[in-house]
Amino acid sequence: MSGERLAYRLVQVGFIALILLAWYLATRNGLVNPILLPSLTSSWHEFVLLIESGSYWPDLEVTMYELAVAFSIAATFGCVIGYIVSRTRFSVRVFDPLFAGMYSVPAILLFPLYVLFFGLGPGSKIAIGATIAFFPVVLNTIAGFDYVDRAYIVSARSMGASAPQMFWSVMLPAAFPVVITGLRMGFILAFLSILGSETIASLAGLGHRIVSYAESMDPAKMFAYIFLAIIMAFVLNAVVSLAEARVKRGPG
Amino acid sequence: MNDAAAAITVQGVSQAFGPEGDPRRVVALESATLSVTRGELLCLIGPSGCGKTTLLNVIGGLMTPSTGDVVIEGERVRGPLPKKVAYVFQESALFPWRTVIDNVKLGMAFQGVPRSERDQRAHEALAAVGLDDFAQHYPAQLSGGMKQRAQLARALGLKTDILLMDEPFAALDEQTRMVLGEDLSELLARTGKTIVFVTHSLVEAVFLADRVAVFTARPGRIKTTIAVEEGHPRSRSFMTSDKLARLRNQLYELLHDEIRKTMGETRP
Repeated sequence: MSGERLAYRLVQVGFIALILLAWYLATRNGLVNPILLPSLTSSWHEFVLLIESGSYWPDLEVTMYELAVAFSIAATFGCVIGYIVSRTRFSVRVFDPLFAGMYSVPAILLFPLYVLFFGLGPGSKIAIGATIAFFPVVLNTIAGFDYVDRAYIVSARSMGASAPQMFWSVMLPAAFPVVITGLRMGFILAFLSILGSETIASLAGLGHRIVSYAESMDPAKMFAYIFLAIIMAFVLNAVVSLAEARVKRGPG
Repeated sequence: MNDAAAAITVQGVSQAFGPEGDPRRVVALESATLSVTRGELLCLIGPSGCGKTTLLNVIGGLMTPSTGDVVIEGERVRGPLPKKVAYVFQESALFPWRTVIDNVKLGMAFQGVPRSERDQRAHEALAAVGLDDFAQHYPAQLSGGMKQRAQLARALGLKTDILLMDEPFAALDEQTRMVLGEDLSELLARTGKTIVFVTHSLVEAVFLADRVAVFTARPGRIKTTIAVEEGHPRSRSFMTSDKLARLRNQLYELLHDEIRKTMGETRP
């Protein structure tokens, strides 16, 4: 089994190595215009310089700040509204399809409006991130609380559980795994939409820097920031997946 | 009906689902009247949909009957009585996010047992069902039979006089079911609890019960009650006895026509 796992990993690493190799070969002898695609070595060189100088820090800070605030808003409103909706069959039937429908509308279309409302700074990024992340959180919270096995509720009731005991000891732990999956999806979506909206209209942030280097014809520096964004996405994804696995494993 | 020895009296209980006049209205149970003596094990048996689980839920206060009354130890039932009545359900109603012992303790917390007493009582209850070695396991790590033992331990930990059991062994294989039946009979002899036990197994009913209440097909009525008259604890020798076989056959005769009726067949 572990031999098979090793094989998966080797193919995955090989796949990425192949892409980098193609990039390296294509840009080595001026086959491709370096303005369109800089050489791998010069991009890597810029990346090392960027990390060593620490000049990425103000932009990273802006993006992380936007992400933290946007996710906090989405998590709070999503969980509270989702729980309230889950309380009655009527409100589930009304709001669950409504939120699911709104979720399928590309909310990034609201971004120009948000720029008018909240300006070019972090406000509009926070608003778009929170809007997009709200839906998976609220939908999973509704689903989590709505589908709690009736056997748990009936047995708790037969043993005399009070309303607060029912919530804290039965409903919340039973719904928790589904809610936490919604939070993870919301977090990733918030990060993606914030980076994306920074590339559209912004004053600072990783997405902003990537676009500004593209516009100033400095693609090697642009790729240095893209590498950084990829690393951040990788790290954040690993952290939230780990957190999810951890809370799901432990007793509620 | 209000004799001092009666732990449970059920008086004219009917239960219908759906509004009156609706063609889909289902009368699950029609004017059931019975009483359960202290320390007795009463089995409810009948074809599926005959209202035996409905009657159990009415006794336990989980359901309000359309008409009629249930009195438990002098108190009229208007909702769950966790101090007097504990439940064992068919499907595993254990909380999967808690260990076995924490499940037992949570039941006590719901019932209002002081925190300081819970640990010792939980260990006693688990020991009574032979599960003390599995106190720290999660329900998912237990076999079906052990899960039902754990549910029984949770009910025992509540130290109620009355135990309501809703097909607790239905999902188990026959061998496990027989062993758990023997254990339950022994427990009954030791603790003197009053038990109402819903089953669809003829052998299980005769093996466990002091009396068996036989239900008709829907709308469910209590057709007759059979006394088993055999002391607890009951052992393997009773399982293979002629007496059990005779009573089982008698039950089958009583139930046969009712089962045909629920299947929508009429035969001479």
